[in-house]
Amino acid sequence: MKSRYDALVIGGGPGGAIAAGELAGAGHSVCLVEKRPAIGAPVRCAEGIGKDVLKEFIAPDDRWISAEINGARIVAPDGVSMTVEQQMAGSKVGYILDRKIFDRDLVWQAASRGAEVHVKTRATGPIVEDGAVKGAVLETCGTTRKVKADVVIAADGVESKFARWCGVDSAVPLRELMSCAQYILTDIDIDPGLTVFYLGNKVAPEGYAWVFPKGDRTANVGIGISGRRSRDGNRARDYLDRFVAAQFPGGKTIEYIVGGVSVCRPLPCTVADGLMVVGDAARLADPMTGGGIYNAMKTGRLAAGVASESISSGDCSSSALMAYDRAWRDSKLGKTLERNWRIKEYFITLSDEKLNTIIHSISKMNLKDFSVFNLVKELIRHNPRLLLELKGLHDSLKAG
Amino acid sequence: MLVIHRECCGYCGACVSVCPEGALELVDAFLTVDNACRSCGVCARVCPVGALEVCDEEPV
Ligand SMILES: Cc1cc2nc3c(=O)[nH]c(=O)nc-3n(C[C@H](O)[C@H](O)[C@H](O)COP(=O)(O)OP(=O)(O)OC[C@H]3O[C@@H](n4cnc5c(N)ncnc54)[C@H](O)[C@@H]3O)c2cc1C
Ligand code: SF4
Ligand code: SF4
Repeated sequence: MKSRYDALVIGGGPGGAIAAGELAGAGHSVCLVEKRPAIGAPVRCAEGIGKDVLKEFIAPDDRWISAEINGARIVAPDGVSMTVEQQMAGSKVGYILDRKIFDRDLVWQAASRGAEVHVKTRATGPIVEDGAVKGAVLETCGTTRKVKADVVIAADGVESKFARWCGVDSAVPLRELMSCAQYILTDIDIDPGLTVFYLGNKVAPEGYAWVFPKGDRTANVGIGISGRRSRDGNRARDYLDRFVAAQFPGGKTIEYIVGGVSVCRPLPCTVADGLMVVGDAARLADPMTGGGIYNAMKTGRLAAGVASESISSGDCSSSALMAYDRAWRDSKLGKTLERNWRIKEYFITLSDEKLNTIIHSISKMNLKDFSVFNLVKELIRHNPRLLLELKGLHDSLKAG
Repeated sequence: MLVIHRECCGYCGACVSVCPEGALELVDAFLTVDNACRSCGVCARVCPVGALEVCDEEPV
């Protein structure tokens, strides 16, 4: 490891890997550090992603595609379901990944483009000079090193501390942190091409349970509940065990993971002097779905673009780096995050009876694509009263 | 004080993200708590498995 790089990236998830790869590809010296000994393990993800967005970043590879998805099903609290299918017959819309391999491939890609990578290496604090971030203190197996950089990109995920150490308060409100548990269950009866979402206050308060196929008889079966609804005896894992006992009594658990996803608004500002924050660390997971792989990769790429210019021009002040903050906020991603946050705030107020009514109104739906926006628009078409009930929701849909 | 039941912890970092004091940290699979902790219990609420517990006194 050198004592100085153009850019230092903290975290080897999808956000950090893309940022490091793009910067290296632009000819900068880049060092990526990941505190875990193995990239991507343990997985903290249901591994679902849209096909079209993924291919912006990496060519599909069978080694990390567990399943291809052509539809989704939403199950109401009373068990009645609604199936959403893609309009274009025959074309699959999404993948369920194998993130242990996927995440490592992204880092591999960054390394091949010239980034230096260090695993089992943790950032323990920033180097700050005259109020600007100038690098980080790194710890590897008991050895501490100071590494300087023109720009530090914090891609340290949901448990991010780096931005906080630099003075950015990134604590997530309890009610907006989804507490999650997931099993890989095998030997279960599923539809291998459908992702299934179960709604309801008994199943998953302010969240949902999911079944994401990993093969013909295997799936990620998980649950996320709002942190404020989590209590002894009613934690995510308790809800998951009850869900599995009811839906898949004979299933065999071959993996068990827990995790947290933020469903709050993004950080009010994602840059400081010498610092950029991307992905989950910037609280950029989608508030409706909890999906954050794409948002992490996308913001990793946007950050790398602005960092590259700033490094080349010798100005890595927050006002120069602000171009990144503006870029993601003004992009489709930024607008979708804001709109879905509003939709989420509305949906969590709905009673089970109300959810039943909404879902009963449509049993089959054909959509051009699976976005939350299209889904909600279609739901409103069948339940016009929904709009009257919440003016804010109306406005946020118009904004889309 | 905050007690960490490491035998249950799945080292997911959910608790770290909600701590208002920044007192928790995941060192790979080892969760640590420092003396900024004021025993507010927010982390114990959010934990998906119940691996955290605020106790009045140090357990014997
Ligand atoms: C249960 C669950 C289900 C989910 N399902 C989906 C889904 O189906 N689809 C989807 O798109 N998203 C899903 N998500 C969200 C998705 O996993 C994240 O949004 C995504 O991983 C964010 O990528 P990232 O690069 O920002 O952070 P991460 O992937 O979390 O990577 C951050 C990395 O930084 C490392 N790190 C942290 N601190 C330091 C430090 N101080 N020094 C060095 N390294 C450090 C961490 O070890 C980690 O490897 C889910 C999340 C959970 C918890
Ligand atoms: S939330 Fe619970 S399982 Fe996750 S790291 Fe904290 S103590 Fe461990
Ligand atoms: S009890 Fe409160 S202050 Fe202490 S670690 Fe947990 S969340 Fe942080």
